[in-house]
Amino acid sequence: MNPLVLNEELSQLSLLVTYAAMAVFTLAFLVSGYHLSQAASSKSRILENQQAATRSGNVAVLEKESDIATQDSSKSLIVLERVSLALAILGTLILAAGVIMRGIAAARVPWANLYEYSITGALILMMIYLVSVRSKEVRIMATFVVGFVLLVLGTAVSVFYVQVASLMPALQSYWLVIHVMVALLATGFFSLAAALSLAYLLKTANWVENAKTKGTENFRAILGIFPSKETLERLAYRFNISGFILWSFTLIAGAIWAERAWHRYWGWDTKEVWTFIIWALYAGYLHANATRGWTGKRAVWLGLIGFAAVVFNFTIVNMFFKGLHVYSGL
Amino acid sequence: MSSSQLYESPDIGLTGWARWIWRQLTSMRTALLLLLLLAAASVPGSIYPQRSADPNGVALYFREDQQLAEVLDFFQLFDVYNSIWFSAIYILLFTSLVGCVLPRTKVHYEALKAEPVQTPTNLSRMPVYQMEQAPQGIDPIVEGKKILETQRYRVIQRGDSVSAEKGYIRETANLIYHFSLVGVLIAVGIGGGLSFSGQRVLAEGETFVNNLAGFDSLSPGTFFDPERLAPISVTLDKFEVDYDFLNETNIGAPLDFRATVTVRTPTDQAGQTSLVRVNEPLDSRGASVYLTGHGYAPEITIRDANGDISYSGATIFLPQDGNLTSIGIIKVPDNLPEQIGVVAFFYPSAIELASGAYTSIFPGVIDPLISMNVYTGDLGLDSGIPLNVYALDTDRLNQVAGRGTNNPAVEIRLGETVDLPEGLGTVTFDGIKRFASLDIAYNPGQLWVLIFAMLSLAGIIVSLTTPRRRIWIKKVGASFEVAGLSRRDDPRLEEVVRELTESIKKEK
Repeated sequence: MNPLVLNEELSQLSLLVTYAAMAVFTLAFLVSGYHLSQAASSKSRILENQQAATRSGNVAVLEKESDIATQDSSKSLIVLERVSLALAILGTLILAAGVIMRGIAAARVPWANLYEYSITGALILMMIYLVSVRSKEVRIMATFVVGFVLLVLGTAVSVFYVQVASLMPALQSYWLVIHVMVALLATGFFSLAAALSLAYLLKTANWVENAKTKGTENFRAILGIFPSKETLERLAYRFNISGFILWSFTLIAGAIWAERAWHRYWGWDTKEVWTFIIWALYAGYLHANATRGWTGKRAVWLGLIGFAAVVFNFTIVNMFFKGLHVYSGL
Repeated sequence: MSSSQLYESPDIGLTGWARWIWRQLTSMRTALLLLLLLAAASVPGSIYPQRSADPNGVALYFREDQQLAEVLDFFQLFDVYNSIWFSAIYILLFTSLVGCVLPRTKVHYEALKAEPVQTPTNLSRMPVYQMEQAPQGIDPIVEGKKILETQRYRVIQRGDSVSAEKGYIRETANLIYHFSLVGVLIAVGIGGGLSFSGQRVLAEGETFVNNLAGFDSLSPGTFFDPERLAPISVTLDKFEVDYDFLNETNIGAPLDFRATVTVRTPTDQAGQTSLVRVNEPLDSRGASVYLTGHGYAPEITIRDANGDISYSGATIFLPQDGNLTSIGIIKVPDNLPEQIGVVAFFYPSAIELASGAYTSIFPGVIDPLISMNVYTGDLGLDSGIPLNVYALDTDRLNQVAGRGTNNPAVEIRLGETVDLPEGLGTVTFDGIKRFASLDIAYNPGQLWVLIFAMLSLAGIIVSLTTPRRRIWIKKVGASFEVAGLSRRDDPRLEEVVRELTESIKKEK
C-alpha cells in the first residue's frame, strides 16, 4: 500500500480559492440583481410610454422616442446580463479549482464530509445551471441560483469546515464515488426546480398580484420579467423529473452499498428514512401533476416541500440525527 | 360519482358500496394522499430509536422516563416500520396501486391494438398548429404519411387526413415501473422471511461454526429454518489495522482493517483463506461474512493461591473511545476459596493523567497497560438466569481492589505477573490479540429486490422522458394543416411539427 499523504497547505489554499469564488459569486449576485431591477423598470417605462402615447394621440413622435429609449436600455440590459453570466462562469471555474485542490490535498474524491459535500454540491449546481443557461427562461434565475450557492458556500466555510482527513474504512468503496455523486447531482436538479417553483409562488401570490404599496408594485414589476407561471411550472417539472430519476438511483445505489457494508440493503437508518421520505414526496409531486385539482399551485408547493426535506436531510439529519451515516466529520 | 347521488339511491347495496370504495381507493388522488401519508408516517422512525436498529436507545428511553416510553411504545413508535399503522398505509397504497394499474394495463393493451384516433375536425384548436400552402405537385398527405412512417409513428390515412401516434412505450414503461414496485415489495417480504443475520465476536485464532450455537445473537426471518444454515466454519487467523503515523493532523486515524479468515466446508477441510474488509465481505454459498467491528482481546491468566490456573485465555475488551480505551469483564467461578469478578480497563497506549487515572492516547499498541478493579463474592452464575458476559453485576460482590478500597487497582504491563490482593492468587498479562465482530447474513430475496428495483428505474426513466405524441395532417384546398398534441409535458412538440411541415414542403 502506498503511504497516504495529506497536503494540509494545499487544503488551506483550496479554502482560500473557495473564498475567492464566493467573492466573485457575490459580484455576480449583485450584478444580476441590478439587472433584474433595471429590466423591470425599463419594462414598466415602455408600458407607460405606450399608454401615454395612446392617450395623447401623438403616436408617431412618442413611438419614435420610446423606440430609441428602448433600444438604449435593452442594450445596457444585455450588457448587464452578459456581465452577470460571465461572473457566474468565472466564479464556477474558481470554485472548480478549489474543489479539485481539496481532492488532491485529501488524495481522494472531494466528497467525504459535510464541508466537501457542500462545496462539490455547489459546484454541481452551478454547472447544471450554466449548462441550462442557453434557455432564456432559466437564465433569468441567476439571482436565485447564485444567491443559494452563496448561502451553501457560506455555511460550508463557516459551519461545516473540517481539515482534510483520511477516508475511514467504512467509506473506502467505489460506491462513495457513485452514490454520493449522484445524490449531489439530484440535489442540484432539485435546487434549480425549487428556484423556479419559488418564482412561481411569488408570481402567483395574492399580495403580489394585488400589490397595494409601492414596494410590492416594484416587486411585481421585477417578477413581471420572469417567465409566465405556466413556463415556470413546466420547467420546474422538467428539473424535478431529472432530480427524481437521479434520486431513485441514489436510493438503489445506497441500498447496494449498504448490503456490502452493513449486511442488509435496507435497515431504516435515519439517513435511509429521509432518503425514502424525499423519494415519496417527489413521487407524490409527480402524481399531483397528473391529478385533476392538484396541478399548478398545489403541485408546486409539494415540490417545494420535497426540497425542504432535501435541505433538512442534508443539514439537520447529517449533523444531529443518530444513525449509521455519521460522515459529516463534525 | 358524487356523494349526493349516493344519498338519492339508498339501494345501491353492498356491492355498490364496495365498488364505490374500490373506485375511491384506486383513484390517483388517493394514491397521492397515501404517498404523502407514508412520507409523514416515516418521520417518527427517524426521531425515536427503533428496536430493530438501536435497541440500546430504546432501553435508554425506558430508563429515563418509563411512563413516556410506555406511551410511545403503545403507539408502536419504537417499531414504526413494523407497526400496524405504517403497514396499513403501505398495504393500502399498494392495493390502490394494483387497482389502478391493472385496468390501465387493459386499456393500454387495447390502445396498442387500436388504430390512431380520428382526425379532429378543428385542428387549429390543438396546442401546436401550422397551416401552409402546399407546393405544386406535392400531395401533403402522401408525403406526410411517408415521413411519419420513417419516424416510426403508427400512421393511418383516412380520406384527406393522416392521423399518427407514437410513444406508446411511455405507458408500457409506466406500467412496468409500477409492477416492478410490487415486485420489490414481494421480494422484500419473501426475502425478509427467509433471511437471517447473526453476530459473532471472534478473537484471533478462534473459530465460528455456522449453526445456532455459533452465534452471539441471531435475528432470523419468520420462515427461517436453522437446518438450512450453510455448513461452514470460519476461523479468524489474523486481524490487522493500519493507522496513520505520517500525517500530523490525521495521526491515529485507522486507514485499513483486514481480517484474514479461513473458511472450511464439509468437502474442503483444509479450507480457503481469504481477506474480509469493511465493504468487502466474504461471499460464501448460503452466507456472507461481514466485518463490522474490532477491538482488543488481551490474553490473561489468573492463578489461585495454590498456583493452579483458574482462568486463562483471550478476553474480549469492548472499545470505549477512538483511542481504544477498552473495558473487559472477567468472571472466575472456580477460584478458591471465593469466586472472583474483574472489571478491567485496557489502554493500548497508556498515559497517566494528573488525576492519577489512565487514558489511551493512540489506538495502536505502543505502551499497553491493564488496570483491574477486583471483586469477590457470588457471581450469580449458578442461578440459571442467562447473564450478559460483557457486564458484571456487583450487587452481591465485595470490591477488594480499585478506587474506594484499601487496595489500589491492580496494574499490569505486558508480560508481567502481579499478586491479587488479599491472597487471592496472581494474574498474568500474557499477550495481546485482536478481535473482530463479524456479521453472518443471508437474504435469498435481495437479488430479486435489486432486479425489480433496476427494472423500475429503467421504467421510470423511459416513462418520464418519452413523450406520447399525436400528429395530424389534413388537406384543406390547396393548403395543408399540421397539428400536434402530447399527453403530458413535451418540450419538443413545437419543433417536431415545424420540422414535419418543412419536410413536407421540401419533399420532391
